[in-house]
Amino acid sequence: MNQTAEEKTGGVVLDVNGLTIAYETRKGDVHAVRDVSFRVRRGETVGLVGESGCGKSTIAFGIVQFLGTNGKILNGQVVFQGNDLVDRSDAELKRLRGDRISMVYQDPMQALNPAMRLGEQLKEVLTCHQDISQEEAWERSVAMLKRVYMPDPEDVMQRFMHQISGGQQQRVVIAMAMLNNPALLIMDEPTTALDVTVEAAVLDLLEELKQDFQTANIFITHNLGVVARVSDYLCVMYAGELVERGPIHDIFQNPRHPYTMGLLACVPRLGESKLDSVLYPIRGRVPSPAARPDNACIFAPRCDYATEECTKALPAMMEIDTGHLARCIYAKEIDTQPRTHRVRRGTVRPKPAASEPKKEDADLLQLDGLKIYYPQESNSLVSMLGLGKKRYVKAVDDISVRLAKGRTLGVVGESGCGKSSLVKGIIGLEEITGGDIEFMGFDVTQPVRERDRKLIQEMQMVFQNPDSTLNPSYPIGKQIARPIKKFKTVPKHQVKDEVLRLLKAVRLGSVYYDRLPRQLSGGEKQRVGIARALASRPDLIICDEPVSALDVSVQAAVINLLLEIQKGFGASMIFIAHDLSVVRYFSDDIAVMYLGQVVEIGPAEAIYSPPYHPYTEALLSAVPIPDPDAEQKEIRLSGNVPSALDPPSGCRFHTRCPRRKEMLPDGGDICETEVPSWRESGRHRILCHIPIEELKRLDPVVHQEVA
Amino acid sequence: MTQPDSSIPADSPEIIVPDTDVIRFVRLRRLWEGLSVLFASKIAVAGLVIVLFWVGVAIFAPLLTPFSPLEQDWKHPNEGPSEEHILGTDELGRDLWSRLIYGARVVLVILPVSQNLWIPGGTAIWGVFVALTVGTTLGLISGYYGGWLDEITMRLLDAMMAIPVILLFLIIMTALGASAVNVVIAITIVGTPGIARLVRSLTLDIRTREYIRAAETRGESPWYIMFIEILPNARGPIIVDAMLRVGYAIFAMGTLGFLGLGMPPPSPDWGSMVAKGREFILQGSPWAALWPSLAIASLVVGLNLLADGLREESMRYQ
Repeated sequence: MNQTAEEKTGGVVLDVNGLTIAYETRKGDVHAVRDVSFRVRRGETVGLVGESGCGKSTIAFGIVQFLGTNGKILNGQVVFQGNDLVDRSDAELKRLRGDRISMVYQDPMQALNPAMRLGEQLKEVLTCHQDISQEEAWERSVAMLKRVYMPDPEDVMQRFMHQISGGQQQRVVIAMAMLNNPALLIMDEPTTALDVTVEAAVLDLLEELKQDFQTANIFITHNLGVVARVSDYLCVMYAGELVERGPIHDIFQNPRHPYTMGLLACVPRLGESKLDSVLYPIRGRVPSPAARPDNACIFAPRCDYATEECTKALPAMMEIDTGHLARCIYAKEIDTQPRTHRVRRGTVRPKPAASEPKKEDADLLQLDGLKIYYPQESNSLVSMLGLGKKRYVKAVDDISVRLAKGRTLGVVGESGCGKSSLVKGIIGLEEITGGDIEFMGFDVTQPVRERDRKLIQEMQMVFQNPDSTLNPSYPIGKQIARPIKKFKTVPKHQVKDEVLRLLKAVRLGSVYYDRLPRQLSGGEKQRVGIARALASRPDLIICDEPVSALDVSVQAAVINLLLEIQKGFGASMIFIAHDLSVVRYFSDDIAVMYLGQVVEIGPAEAIYSPPYHPYTEALLSAVPIPDPDAEQKEIRLSGNVPSALDPPSGCRFHTRCPRRKEMLPDGGDICETEVPSWRESGRHRILCHIPIEELKRLDPVVHQEVA
Repeated sequence: MTQPDSSIPADSPEIIVPDTDVIRFVRLRRLWEGLSVLFASKIAVAGLVIVLFWVGVAIFAPLLTPFSPLEQDWKHPNEGPSEEHILGTDELGRDLWSRLIYGARVVLVILPVSQNLWIPGGTAIWGVFVALTVGTTLGLISGYYGGWLDEITMRLLDAMMAIPVILLFLIIMTALGASAVNVVIAITIVGTPGIARLVRSLTLDIRTREYIRAAETRGESPWYIMFIEILPNARGPIIVDAMLRVGYAIFAMGTLGFLGLGMPPPSPDWGSMVAKGREFILQGSPWAALWPSLAIASLVVGLNLLADGLREESMRYQ
């Protein structure tokens, strides 16, 4: 019956029409989603992209009528397989949810019940909606786990969620969603919480499942790279409105709405660097739901193309091509060629010799065999008495790196590889187990409290989370003034002027002096964090994922700001991030870390082209590229990152290495027993048993058409 | 036609107009915001009214009654409310209204240190204040340093918490003797462990924030981090807890007075008033026991309402 209803509508599973959703608040109704229309067909993935607060998730919950006590659908239809879902009874909706429509959420940790065995949770999905025996439910669950490539599914059924890794958890959640063979699968940022290599594998799986089950998919994400990989059709959301929709290739090649263009221009593509391209941030911020105009283009205040016309009426969706619509009155006229972000910097900033360190540049920071181990507390009586053998988590194990003055060292690696421990060790927040750190010619192996004031002053840090980087109790001005007073960089009576100067340097005005952190947006808080780090006039600024918690448009502005500051203040930087495109864009040199060790280090451009360390190659092939036409090698790592408590013998990467079997004689047995030595090619070094000549023969990971 | 000027990156977040008037307004508004949290909750306002009533009558006690609390009227013992004595008299003919509001003074506005010397701030207030100071310091140190220091401090405080509160009060008061200052000491000793635990748990959370990391990378001293960076961010729950504790303290003072361990007689003490008046309830004059009981109850309820309202409203505010 369902099939016939679908055939009547030409394979359309879901037809959302003029959907408007509001939340009731004390100040009256707030419209979170306004007049959104799109369709999803069988076997098709529709991507919903937009920055945070744009109403993406609200749409997902609106489709299944799961808006909480204060949310309601004001207008529009949600036609699912020919039936309108709006205003259905709870009982009817309950039958649909989890059966015909299922959802996958961002955090698998919260989607699974920690107190129930995974098998029970999977079975429940079947027995709840179908008249089916326990045994059959069990067998079908196991079959589905096999289908999502879960190793050892019988065993996994008996486990609890904390006994499997994050990527495996998400596979279980996906298996759970697919068990009843739903007609519609809604995924809300399903890979955001995962590491890039795991993400790539999950995305492959989703693509495969789509082909096999012919499900209609809605894929919500803020990541343009991810959406380019999985979607057939794209909807771009801005401030609760759909601003552009169309086939994925049309939108990426020919974006017609200024917001879409902005989004594409503000993320660095893999392989681009600060030397040859500019990022264009979108100015301002997403207006709050209460401050959105009814009769004007919602994007006009942030739009470079806006004219007075734009503020006179809400623009309608204008058809540009078959199926490609944009909500802009100038959609057909504005000139997108040349794409702003392709502007070469050649003329703006002549390619400086910065890519090669000058001979006279002394090393600012030298790490020599640095080790940071955390003792692993055990609860046994023996270890409590201090007997027994102590075990250590080797967070950083034997790292030697040099950083020259004025340069930027990027550190990449997946979560748990020791990036953060490394910088904490350098700055003195973590005690060092062994090795040497030399900073400006002084030994700084001691914790920060024992360091000389002058040395502390020269090394400062920018943090990741904008919401916790500033003390909520004090106004901005006071927080920036503190390091100035403490290190006496200026005489007392000039402190306020200095604060205002720093605020200006991070592009914030003097009104911010008296504001409290909670009155600032995420990007603004991050700017203040940067100003605070600059206040002591340091020579080395350590940036620990400074942009990863920010929206892409804001991210670009902060990256530009950091670059500008580096140019202006001449500071060296260590830049940590898990986003390989951002690190490539920002850094002069890059170190790739795996399990507490640096496996590859060298100039940025060398890291991103052969020869690669096999791990770097796998990382690069997993990076989602915001271009549906880019060709990328598919190298997927098997297994999980081994525990740092007991790292593998020989080469630490040997358990997951996809290259050793084919590129080394006798299947790379040597990797399991012997620690590899550095293979060098100029300043580029790779820690691998495979000879560098062999590695050089590898094809580049990404083939991207350069416009 | 509408080609933007793309020569400069559109970096600047918004147009900025420095304005000193704005800055002054910001400060005023912040104060107002704090008060509006209080006034937004009807429960908190109700509590505030009750508490302010008692504080008011305690401060202006000499103006509100013609009688001294010690003045005895032999002709009119154990009388009910009349025009002369609005709440009646006790067994010695002392005016109950006077004794009640002078009793409130000791609780809320003055602390008699010796016969001739008193300092502002009531016994209950001082007790909680000292407990708060000691408890907060212990909690901050324990939570921020962790390790053995934390372990030892917390186990000691746990041991103290294991003793029933009333028993602890009795032990302390019998050991020290009955006086206002000793009541303050007793309230401090009894209240400290709970406050220390609360502050410690708040510290454990706050110390993981990145602004604490930032302070550490600046080389700030532990004292600066504990009192300047951490403490202000823990103030909300501490204030609410302190209000509840003033309530407990008043309750405890009543109990001690009732057992004869409070203010030395003949000073007007709510607890001892109830104890004395209790004997005459069945003889037809419940007034001497009723009024101080109501006073204790209303003040404790008022403080609880205030604390609850504040907590609820500040949670919604976040």
